[in-house]
Amino acid sequence: MELWFSEKHTPSVKFSIQVDRQLYCGQSEFQRIDIFDSKEFGRFLTLDGYMMLTEKDEFIYHEMMVHIPMAVHPAAKKVLIIGGGDGGAIRELVRYPLVEQIDLVEIDELVVEVCKKHLPQTACCFNDERVSIFYQDGLKFIRRCENEYDLIIVDSTDPFGPGEGLFTKEFYGNCYKALKEDGIMVNQHESAFYLDDAVAMQRAHKRIVESFPISRVYQAHIPTYPSGHWLFGFASKKYHPTADLKAVKWNALGFKTRYYNTQLHVGAFALPNYVEELLKDVE
Amino acid sequence: MPKLNQERMPILAALNEFKRNRLVPFDVPGHKRGKGNPELTEFLGEQCMTLDVNSMKPLDNLCHPVSVIKEAEELAADAFGAKQAFFMVNGTTSAVQTMVLAACKKGEKIILPRNVHRSVINAMILGGAIPVYVNPEINHEIGISLGMTRVAVERAIRENPDAKAILVNNPTYYGVCSNLKAITELAHAAGMLVLADEAHGTHFYFGENMPISGMAAGADMASVSMHKSGGSLTQSSFLLVGDGMNAGYVRQIINLTQTTSGSYLLLSSLDISRKNLAVNGRDIFAKVRQMAQYARDEINQIGDYYAYSSELINGDTVYDFDATKLSINTLNVGLAGIEVYNILRDEYDIQVEFGDVGNILAYISVGDSQRNLERLVSALAEIRRIYKKDKAGMLQYEYINPAVAVAPQEAFYADKEALALEKSGGRICSEFVMAYPPGIPILAPGERITEEILDAIEYLKDKGCFLTGPEDMEIKNLNVLKED
Repeated sequence: MELWFSEKHTPSVKFSIQVDRQLYCGQSEFQRIDIFDSKEFGRFLTLDGYMMLTEKDEFIYHEMMVHIPMAVHPAAKKVLIIGGGDGGAIRELVRYPLVEQIDLVEIDELVVEVCKKHLPQTACCFNDERVSIFYQDGLKFIRRCENEYDLIIVDSTDPFGPGEGLFTKEFYGNCYKALKEDGIMVNQHESAFYLDDAVAMQRAHKRIVESFPISRVYQAHIPTYPSGHWLFGFASKKYHPTADLKAVKWNALGFKTRYYNTQLHVGAFALPNYVEELLKDVE
Repeated sequence: MPKLNQERMPILAALNEFKRNRLVPFDVPGHKRGKGNPELTEFLGEQCMTLDVNSMKPLDNLCHPVSVIKEAEELAADAFGAKQAFFMVNGTTSAVQTMVLAACKKGEKIILPRNVHRSVINAMILGGAIPVYVNPEINHEIGISLGMTRVAVERAIRENPDAKAILVNNPTYYGVCSNLKAITELAHAAGMLVLADEAHGTHFYFGENMPISGMAAGADMASVSMHKSGGSLTQSSFLLVGDGMNAGYVRQIINLTQTTSGSYLLLSSLDISRKNLAVNGRDIFAKVRQMAQYARDEINQIGDYYAYSSELINGDTVYDFDATKLSINTLNVGLAGIEVYNILRDEYDIQVEFGDVGNILAYISVGDSQRNLERLVSALAEIRRIYKKDKAGMLQYEYINPAVAVAPQEAFYADKEALALEKSGGRICSEFVMAYPPGIPILAPGERITEEILDAIEYLKDKGCFLTGPEDMEIKNLNVLKED
């Protein structure tokens, strides 16, 4: 018997993982949620049939979402995560002793429940006393925040579905308002390779550039995302992502990481020419 | 309450049957079920093209319905509580024109508020009716025209006992309702017909706790834009007729201008939407109302914006308010409604229905989601944060009492000359000037051009309104009547 999970990365490109068994399948108010187990990638979570994370490669995504901004702004105390119901970003954040408060705003309570049960590798730290979870639309939550957070991590799904509102100018503008004067926002920024993803990536970049004085894009290699080449946004009111990197300070923390290091930090902001061109087109 | 089985959809059933029978088409349309136009078929879809067919025996004929269209019209009349319903495929514009043309012959008077849709005045150009305008009162705080007062209608009737009909907006674009029942009683007592323009009031027939509908109030005719809150395809509409009208004559008037090739895409969309409203309308509009209220509450918390609703009700000029409408006053943000309208589209990828001098209208329907409402509210909050300025210099909306010097038909067809806008003051205009949407004329044919009107046109141009009407597309010149 062969059971395969397949996701269309474009109408004519398919990515498949052989599935050992399905651990969970459910429908929330917002989306269909599935958890599978596989030989190659371990357990993995999909929403509406789109890959969210696998146990094998999630460390890349979560380390790059958290350590990049934290190495630039090590004094960050108050952090907001929008999305991220799998708990991976929280797991990386709670390692920082100076972080005092982590607010997670997830629209779909069922995602958190299912991840707590089936993905303990990421959903391991929801019980940390600094963590508060708000089950709410991210756009609505942030509308009421002003000058509150040091760091906002936008760990969203793709811009087609429940995550759509998190790729809009009104959202980025509200994030700007919610950040302190030296605050940073990082966001999941899609990919530049396939056309539809590239268009979404350009739109997001355009909207962020319009909202923040400093806006840069960085990259990582994530095998299970379309094309494997994934981008993140770094937007900030004050700190430059590489010029203001506090490498010595971060290294002194002594964290063991599998992907991130401070040399890679600098390199991640050096982008291929075709990506730079796509970004320049909308700046 | 409907008496017929509202689950039935006779036009849909006939089209499905027609598809199963696989007739060989040697008739129009020439694309022959899409096969002759592959590019269009690829774009619109095969299903759509195979249903774009001509009148024929099994599908009935819109100009003279005897079978499935007749049955569908009976079901619609039943659902709306009318004596007769006509399927309209030339827009609610043609329904409104039919009402006016059926009520008034050349030279006969019609009483109406000035904030009518252009289609009403178009009908007067076509048929030669003479307008008697009733001044709709203004709410100065938010700058919108309201409804007609009962006293003003009484006076107009007294001063024009020879008028044939009264036309009432039910509601206005913004959601304001006049006292339609009282006006109907006054009109009927004076032997006049009541015509309800319900382009924005389809849901009054199906939702709970809505303002009274035209047919329920005893109106003689009502034009209902099914394609707005009713969910049918753009350009499809119903004309409803009450007990006091000769329906056969109304059909003759419709057939003066309506196409003889009525689109079955539009007709089936009316049939399906009527069924949906009759069966599910109560729940649908309860949800729409709840969504509009949610957005209103959130927007009013932002500050400076004023999303108004039933608190405007005052027993007269705002006799009732349509709470499904999300009208928002923007003046305290220091921005004209049209400016917010443009920023929403250009900067935030959000298209709202219209913006005028002081307001925007976001159209809420069953197709909306909570998520999209959050986007609208957040974008408005952002616009305030980024663009807020002092409101000094914002134009106060004033009702400009039209000076009707010549009947619309006479003015439209008169000898005319083009004059530069700034030189046209004092002359009689022969064409329309309006911001679209909402499509309510600032100037109509036959009205005298005043400095006040020219100032208003300049202001609207300056704020980026989309002005339409004049022959000169750039609205630098106006056509005026030649003076001897």
